Amino acid sequence: MDPLMPPPPIRRIVVDRAPAPVPVPETNGHVVQTITRTKAPAGPERMLADTVTIAYGGKIAVNGVTLPVRQGEVLALIGPSGCGKTTLLRTLNRLTELTPSARREGYIALDGEDIDRLEVTELRRRVAMVFQQPNPFPMSIFDNVAYALREQSRKRPGKSVVQPLVVDALQRAGLYDEVRDDLDRPALRLSGGQQQRLCIARAIATRPEVLLMDEPCSALDPRSTAVIEALIGELRRDLAIVIVTHNLQQAYRVGDRVAFMYLGDLVEYGPTEQVFGEPRAQRTRDYIGGAFG
Amino acid sequence: MSARTDPAGSSKSWPLADRAMLALCWAAGLLLVAIAAGIVLYMAAKGVQYLRPSLIFSHPVADLDQSKSGGFLDPILGTALIVLGAIGIAAPLGVATAVWLTEYGRPAWLARAVESGVEVLAGTPSIVLALFGLTFFAQQGLGFLSTTGASGAVFGRSLFICCVVLSLEALPLVVGATREGLLATPRHVREASYALGKTRAATIHRVLLPVARPNIATGCALGMGRIAGDTAVVLLLGGGALTLEANGGIPLLGTLKGTGSTLTTYVYANSPSGEGNAPEKAYAAAFLLLLVVLVLNWVVDRIARGSEQLGWIR
Amino acid sequence: MASAATDFSRAVPRLWSDRLVGPALGAAGVLVLLVIAGMAVYVFKTAWPSFHANGLAWFGSGEDANAALQKIFDSKGPHYVYTLRAWPLLYGTVLSSGAAVALGLVLSIFAAVFIVEFAPPSITRVLEPVVRLLAGVPSVIYGLLGILVMVPFVGDHLISTERKESVLYVVQLTGASLLVATLLLTIMIVPIMIAISVDALRSVPSSWTEGALALGANRWRVIWTISVRASRPAIVAGAVLALARALGEAIMLAMVSGGVIFAPNPLDGLTFIYEPLQPLAAAIVQGAEGFTVKPYGATLFAFAAVIMVSSVFLSFTGWAVRRRLRRFGVQA
Repeated sequence: MDPLMPPPPIRRIVVDRAPAPVPVPETNGHVVQTITRTKAPAGPERMLADTVTIAYGGKIAVNGVTLPVRQGEVLALIGPSGCGKTTLLRTLNRLTELTPSARREGYIALDGEDIDRLEVTELRRRVAMVFQQPNPFPMSIFDNVAYALREQSRKRPGKSVVQPLVVDALQRAGLYDEVRDDLDRPALRLSGGQQQRLCIARAIATRPEVLLMDEPCSALDPRSTAVIEALIGELRRDLAIVIVTHNLQQAYRVGDRVAFMYLGDLVEYGPTEQVFGEPRAQRTRDYIGGAFG
Repeated sequence: MSARTDPAGSSKSWPLADRAMLALCWAAGLLLVAIAAGIVLYMAAKGVQYLRPSLIFSHPVADLDQSKSGGFLDPILGTALIVLGAIGIAAPLGVATAVWLTEYGRPAWLARAVESGVEVLAGTPSIVLALFGLTFFAQQGLGFLSTTGASGAVFGRSLFICCVVLSLEALPLVVGATREGLLATPRHVREASYALGKTRAATIHRVLLPVARPNIATGCALGMGRIAGDTAVVLLLGGGALTLEANGGIPLLGTLKGTGSTLTTYVYANSPSGEGNAPEKAYAAAFLLLLVVLVLNWVVDRIARGSEQLGWIR
Repeated sequence: MASAATDFSRAVPRLWSDRLVGPALGAAGVLVLLVIAGMAVYVFKTAWPSFHANGLAWFGSGEDANAALQKIFDSKGPHYVYTLRAWPLLYGTVLSSGAAVALGLVLSIFAAVFIVEFAPPSITRVLEPVVRLLAGVPSVIYGLLGILVMVPFVGDHLISTERKESVLYVVQLTGASLLVATLLLTIMIVPIMIAISVDALRSVPSSWTEGALALGANRWRVIWTISVRASRPAIVAGAVLALARALGEAIMLAMVSGGVIFAPNPLDGLTFIYEPLQPLAAAIVQGAEGFTVKPYGATLFAFAAVIMVSSVFLSFTGWAVRRRLRRFGVQA
């Protein structure tokens, strides 16, 4: 298949005819990236959500969803607003429990262990999260990245222990070169894209097993988005990544497997090419074709 | 429903230092409750033990054996008089000032100065106000506010003077609460009134002040609480007698021009710090005083809840 | 300054009575301002002779302050005596207020964290009225409990006879002491600090606390390293306001701190907290009867001037800081 997918046609879907590839016009200087997807073999299953149902005070947000999360691949959750993808994501590190009215049924496992049996702080060390709005703490860049390292351990590790880990995390997040001259600068002075990369560095500093990303690029400009998408491609070698996005092109670029949700139900799940190219469910086809958003 | 560990993490897994901190938090909270309960229960116990209806309805008697004679009717009346008198001065003045600050406020430098002045007043301790009143009102021209002695020396201390000085204490509370209420009213309320052709004065009078009535009431209740609980001003400016000694024939004015005491000075006087050595009466009066303050607190609470304006009031 | 006045001056019809209302209300505000300014001027004017006669040595230490005050009181015109070294009074004020703020800061931070984060809803419902209650109790009641309950307890049970005898040549230990004064003062100022701290903690953006929880920190670490850290300016503002309140407290301290001017000596070891003291405001209450004697009155006003300057300055600072914080969105 073409590395560069043509934009989905915004017209009525005609099912019996495959959409003809639209020639991409010559662009004037904006970033055009060629996506080369390296097919890494899917690693072991890191997390499994088994028949998970989540309700907020009686209103069902996620309805009986079963999904595996494998190391070495990016799972993209797509669907229109309110379909439950963010709720499902937040439940994987038990953040939904911060809402008093939330109730969950079903079984979620991390490396075979029921996450309800784990200590929640232990769970969140192994399953890290990056949020939609970059939320660096009001501290220096160094202190931000070192936060998890310091607050997760019993004895506060000394600076000499923490320093190389912070540098390593910033390098893996692709931010080190831009901030290396002054790590004690306040984090809030960074640009939006840099802040989000800082949040990613902060999340991966303790080498979690799974990284959850809740629409990480929706608040960013295209250049930062491209940088972060490249970053995701590199990070997935060591981690399992689950990304929620409402941007279909992003899901296509970044995701190895795609799960499409609609009003709480898991409608379709499979490799990206299959879900985008030959969707099995009608509703998937409608959504990807742009019939509704 | 799956069984789960405590959503925010059971503290059993925390490091020892963190668990110690959690224990300190609990200790702090429970300590506060214990202190408050201790104060209230102890005062209630002593109050019930010593408070008799005869005390409330009889006058203080100058007697060597204080513990057996006299009551505190006069201090009760004194408290009532100064609370009403002081808030009677502070409320109109405070509301007027607050209205001017929010609705007019020109020239801007003057408004800032007045605002700062009110804050300065809020920070001034009552003992300073009391001392100021002590010598200021002893000046010749102000003899009409209190007694003038035979030699022409103005006594400078009376209940009326207490009212004036105490109104200064309550003023910042009234101003603050009223301003809060006025500032919280959205612009469109004023604009709607102006659009109907009403003048600014009419808008204030008919629309804004009624809307801000709970805030004004809160401010007044807070002010009254502060006035009722104040001792320093009445101690220095009340004239020292335990009974209400009216000055002049006119019923209310005479009492105001005269000297007297309030529950607070009565408690002080009967404690070992004052001249009296009748702790029983001090406890009884203190219990009554505490009840008054609690009732005023409760009134503030009800107003706040009634108008759905929850929150901490400074 | 926030003002809801919009510029409708041309659009709104003006009756003659309306024209009067604005200036009339303004007159109220100006009256308030004049009273305050006048009071400040009057206080300093009356206090001036005492400062003038002593110069900067007024703030220093010297002969026994009790004797000096007595001499001032006994002096007769035209040879008034103003000599005073007020250091023991200043020291007593700073000591009791400072210790109360320090203790209160610790207590209020932990209590605020408890209210915001760890208290079950049933206890929070109790705690908020409790704090308001403690704020509303009149100081004379605190003083009464102090002098009738705490002072005898300390004097009879906590201070041993040996201790009393060890300092008898200097001062008498009756139980009216730094200890009782500081404890009661702490209880009195804690509600202010708790109210401000709770407001500030509650206004910390949830994106930070959620992000910190998602990184695996436990609840205590989150609230301590994120919320309390972000609320530091507001907590300081609360402490400043509490200090202003403590400096101005007169009645309660007059009842429990012992009637004699004395500077508690830390070199005495533990006895230090059992020694009496005389904060400035309490000194005014004790000496108020003597104000008719001109130099004594001037001295009292000098005390009032010092209290006024420091208390008002601190109050004003605290208020200004809170206003600035509110502009940055921190609810202080």
